[in-house]
Amino acid sequence: MASVKKNQPSMVEFPTLNFAGDTSIDLKAQFIKTLTGIGGSVIEVNEIKEVGDYIKSTFPKPARIVNTLTDLNFEHAYPAGRFEILNQKSDPHDFSNVTVAIMQGEFGVAENGAIWLTEVNMGDQALPYICEHLVLIINKHSIVPTLHEAYEKIGASAYNLGTFLAGPSKTADIEQSLVLGAHGSKSLLVFLINY
Amino acid sequence: MNPQNNTHSELAEKFNRDVERVNWHDKTLWFVREKRDKAAHQIAEWEQLREAASQIKNNVLSNLHDYLIEFEKNAVRHGVHIHWASTAQKHNEIVHSIIKKHGANHIVKSKSMLTEECGLNEYLHQQGVNVVDTDLGERIVQLANEPPSHIVLPCIHWKKEEIGELFHQHLGTPKGNADPQFLTAAARVHLREHFLTSRVALTGVNFAVAETGEIIVCTNEGNADLGVQLADVHIACMGIEKIIPKRKHLSVFLRLLARSATGQPITTYSSHFQKPREGQEMHIVLVDNGRSERLASDDFRNALKCIRCGACFNTCPVYRRSGGHSYHTAVAGPIGSILAPGFDMAKNADLPFASTLCGSCTNVCPVKIDIHDQLYKWRQVLVQNGHTTASKKTGMNVMSQMLSHPTVYRFSGAVGRWVMRTLPLMINNKFNPWYKQREMPKASTQSFRSWYLNQRKHEQ
Repeated sequence: MASVKKNQPSMVEFPTLNFAGDTSIDLKAQFIKTLTGIGGSVIEVNEIKEVGDYIKSTFPKPARIVNTLTDLNFEHAYPAGRFEILNQKSDPHDFSNVTVAIMQGEFGVAENGAIWLTEVNMGDQALPYICEHLVLIINKHSIVPTLHEAYEKIGASAYNLGTFLAGPSKTADIEQSLVLGAHGSKSLLVFLINY
Repeated sequence: MNPQNNTHSELAEKFNRDVERVNWHDKTLWFVREKRDKAAHQIAEWEQLREAASQIKNNVLSNLHDYLIEFEKNAVRHGVHIHWASTAQKHNEIVHSIIKKHGANHIVKSKSMLTEECGLNEYLHQQGVNVVDTDLGERIVQLANEPPSHIVLPCIHWKKEEIGELFHQHLGTPKGNADPQFLTAAARVHLREHFLTSRVALTGVNFAVAETGEIIVCTNEGNADLGVQLADVHIACMGIEKIIPKRKHLSVFLRLLARSATGQPITTYSSHFQKPREGQEMHIVLVDNGRSERLASDDFRNALKCIRCGACFNTCPVYRRSGGHSYHTAVAGPIGSILAPGFDMAKNADLPFASTLCGSCTNVCPVKIDIHDQLYKWRQVLVQNGHTTASKKTGMNVMSQMLSHPTVYRFSGAVGRWVMRTLPLMINNKFNPWYKQREMPKASTQSFRSWYLNQRKHEQ
């Protein structure tokens, strides 16, 4: 540390950031286009109740669905024990057999299709990464143009873990061939709610 | 590595023996460069972002001491253990002591060029700790007992058929299956087992925010997150230059990073770790290893601004046609060639010469590092310190004598042209490196000087 202090050059200030995204464009359309372009799927619904119907038709026979939203219960659609609302702590390893995890996203970013989540949304911090398919629900009015507005929104908030999640897990390490589902979720389904 | 026998040009020559593979390597990387261009051109304020990123990094380097103190204070407040390592050896010892304390002999590790720089895997192996690299590309080169050849695309030099054979040997996949989708699925199953059984997870760090004490780790695969969330202990290793002042500055860097690296608008996961999960222990190891010394150099300090996007690799005509392993150092390519001589001048004296100085690296760098200028400056430092080969030195001395004596210059020009026209083999032979993989144009019958004087005569 003494060496850092001795060797660092004389102080130069950091710049003031004057970046702002274009709010005149259709943010929802750009968000959908970008997220679809990076392998995610987006479905627009009018109320949260509709989400259950879509999930039932998309995943007719899941081994295990874990839902972190208490106002969304469609337990009756599945055989007993296949659907649960996560409301107690458990060992993260116990989620290794989860087919579908459902959680609320804080907001979306139009320029890159990313959704901001913190441990509060995740139920368990391992859940969005360990599940086979991830379902995120966000409000369409929450979409901001760029990361500059995104960090303004995050502000000085405290969290254990915050993440921008953009699409399903992927890799192109084998000859630049894009493969979805490297280690994290194999698919990402986003519901945009038109409140 | 012995520089006498394994210089960049010698290793590149070996790589160039397989013409088809070199062409394929060249084309694959240029394809990534084109994706970067496409992504960059979609952002109207791209150049302003580069300038802002560069200025923020200048500020970081000028105030690094205070930012490090601020970062430590905030991280400790969040229950994170901070360790300081002045050298690669100390870094390795610290990491091992944490693993040992928890009685683990098996860890999962996501991508960290710093741990490559420090030789952590070999060190831990000697201490009886098994390290499993979890990034798919890194796992592939690890199974093949090789270092990564590219900082973002670790196995870019491997063909899918070869990976199929490697997986057949190590993971028991069917012989002859080289389908990327199938091989990735096999690796997912293989590595999932390691994620579920490792009590210690090690990650690199893309950015560390002084203001909040948080670290940001970016991956596409989710391997860093899965490792950390399933482990009792998270160890994050970073060079001290990874600090940025404010959380809001992340907007600039995250907009530039993935677009510069692969042309993606952002990586799939950009995780901000501020506090360990309940019951978990989190350690951050901050490593100097020559960085503070470099901070004093006006000529070479800027290399510390690097955010490891790899754009300079993909654009470099020499990298694309010589392959990452020809650079015999953890970080290859143009940025590696200006970093490596700072670690060991004698061992890496060849690297600043592995460039055409075309400047393309500087043009694509998202934090505006003057890479090609530094390559040029390193050449001067290396020559001044006597780190040049005898043949280069002799050639330069002859050249310098000749250029300072006009009569000698004119006479040798005439002789040279005559030799090239009448006895080409005297020059085009295996002792002249300029003729390797190259043909020269025919020599002219007159010098430029006589042509010019002649023209002037005709004009008047």
